[in-house]
Amino acid sequence: MNSADTAWLLVSTALVLLMTPALGFFYGGLVRSKNALNTMMMSFAALGFVGIGWALAGYSLAFSGDGPWIGDLGHALLRGVDLAPHGTVPHVLFFSYQGTFAIITAALISGAIVERMRFGPYLVFLSSWALLVYAPLAHSVWGGGWLARLGALDFAGGTVVHVNAAAAAGVAAWVLGPRKDHARQAMLPHNVPFTLLGAGLLWFGWFGFNAGSALGANASAALAFTNTLFAPAATLTVWTLLDFARGGRATAVGAATAIVVGLVAVTPAAGLVGPLGAILLGGAAAFPSYFALIWRARTRLDDSLDVVAAHGVGGAVGALLTGVLAQKSWNGTADGLLFGNPRQLAIQAVAVAATVVFSGAMTFGILRAIQAVAALRSTSREEGLGQDVVQHGEEAYSHGEGAILVLASTGREAGSVPVPVPAAGGGGS
Amino acid sequence: MRPDKLNDVLESLFHADVRGLTIQRVQGHGGETERVETYRGTTVKMELSEKVRIEIGVSDHFVAPTVGAILRAARTGTVGDGKVFVLPVEKVYRIRTGEEDQAAVTPVG
Repeated sequence: MNSADTAWLLVSTALVLLMTPALGFFYGGLVRSKNALNTMMMSFAALGFVGIGWALAGYSLAFSGDGPWIGDLGHALLRGVDLAPHGTVPHVLFFSYQGTFAIITAALISGAIVERMRFGPYLVFLSSWALLVYAPLAHSVWGGGWLARLGALDFAGGTVVHVNAAAAAGVAAWVLGPRKDHARQAMLPHNVPFTLLGAGLLWFGWFGFNAGSALGANASAALAFTNTLFAPAATLTVWTLLDFARGGRATAVGAATAIVVGLVAVTPAAGLVGPLGAILLGGAAAFPSYFALIWRARTRLDDSLDVVAAHGVGGAVGALLTGVLAQKSWNGTADGLLFGNPRQLAIQAVAVAATVVFSGAMTFGILRAIQAVAALRSTSREEGLGQDVVQHGEEAYSHGEGAILVLASTGREAGSVPVPVPAAGGGGS
Repeated sequence: MRPDKLNDVLESLFHADVRGLTIQRVQGHGGETERVETYRGTTVKMELSEKVRIEIGVSDHFVAPTVGAILRAARTGTVGDGKVFVLPVEKVYRIRTGEEDQAAVTPVG
């Protein structure tokens, strides 16, 4: 057990947890005001439902046993997850740290299905997806499964988290179908400052995501930390210049998107490439995502908040470039194409393709299974009213005008506050 | 009229001794060219512009100075400056006192 490693992982766990509310703000700002709460709740709900699922079975399916595809139930209900060292940190801490990854990954998918999915079926989907799709993939890369044996490099989760969530998002957007206003009406972000706030907090939390993945306070963490700072900086710079070149103006939504794309792209590479390589990777990652966003907006696929373009394309580019730019002199384990190991690039491509196929197929199956029992979507009329009122009975920006207080009929609440009785006739009993 | 001209107009009306007024934030479309905005891959034309509507009730001999004050202060010379409409009022009551017509729109003190 090492105190420094433990301290850093404690901090990292809190940092990664913050990314999920941050994602809520990022997504929440991009939707229309009538769906703001619902969109943010889709992220916040993951904190509860995926977190508990992770404790009950998810962690075990990912990190117990040594099968090639999926773990076993050896750690189910947290059996054997104790204070004994796991590597150089307490086992419970390793379990918690990994739990925050499951939470953010599942929450990422919500960007594809906002403004139309019913909340109940969403919770069922979220919970089962984390167990049936995230846990096996995490096992195959980090739990000693087949992608790990193949030699796929994924430092902090470029394929497990981002390509995986994006494949699920693409399928979910397709199964649910487009919003009724998609490509008919202009649907504008209702609060761009929220989106910038979310992007900033995501960047902050991402230091825990990438540098924490070194699982210790060491040189590898320092490298990952540095790369997490400079790769998104390069993406932001290139993205802004692209904005200038195409429209003559640098957009704020573009800047927020660029930060996320850069972070996604550097995730698999964080502790494996040198800082100059990371800057190159971040800059290069701007191009495919930038044009994927423009192209997607012209299609019928209503991946509403562009999870595929940002996390799928960005994650795949990051994973492939990791196979190009990885440098043994920095990471001590493997070289990429540029340093004389072309095979690594092929392995990376296999990992990305396998993730897309597995995640896509499983997500399709889960959604169809839920659909057999309950409607996934709100009705068109409900969609018009907005998900906040329909799904949650609340409004994000209520004025309070015309709101008449209805006394609770349970009696208990009404009795707790003395209510003046209008004097009528001969008084009360 | 333009929201960015509101303070100039209020100041100008103040100097012309016009006191009672109500303003509203409104959206409108006149002959102005549309603003183009871009959000990720989506480009939109904003057909409505933010405007301010002022309502002022004045007695007859105050009409010309009031209109003059607005015209002076709200003009930029480009399309979108707005309009002034002068309408007759049938009857005015001051709720507090029950005063009518001219007495009702004459500021107190």
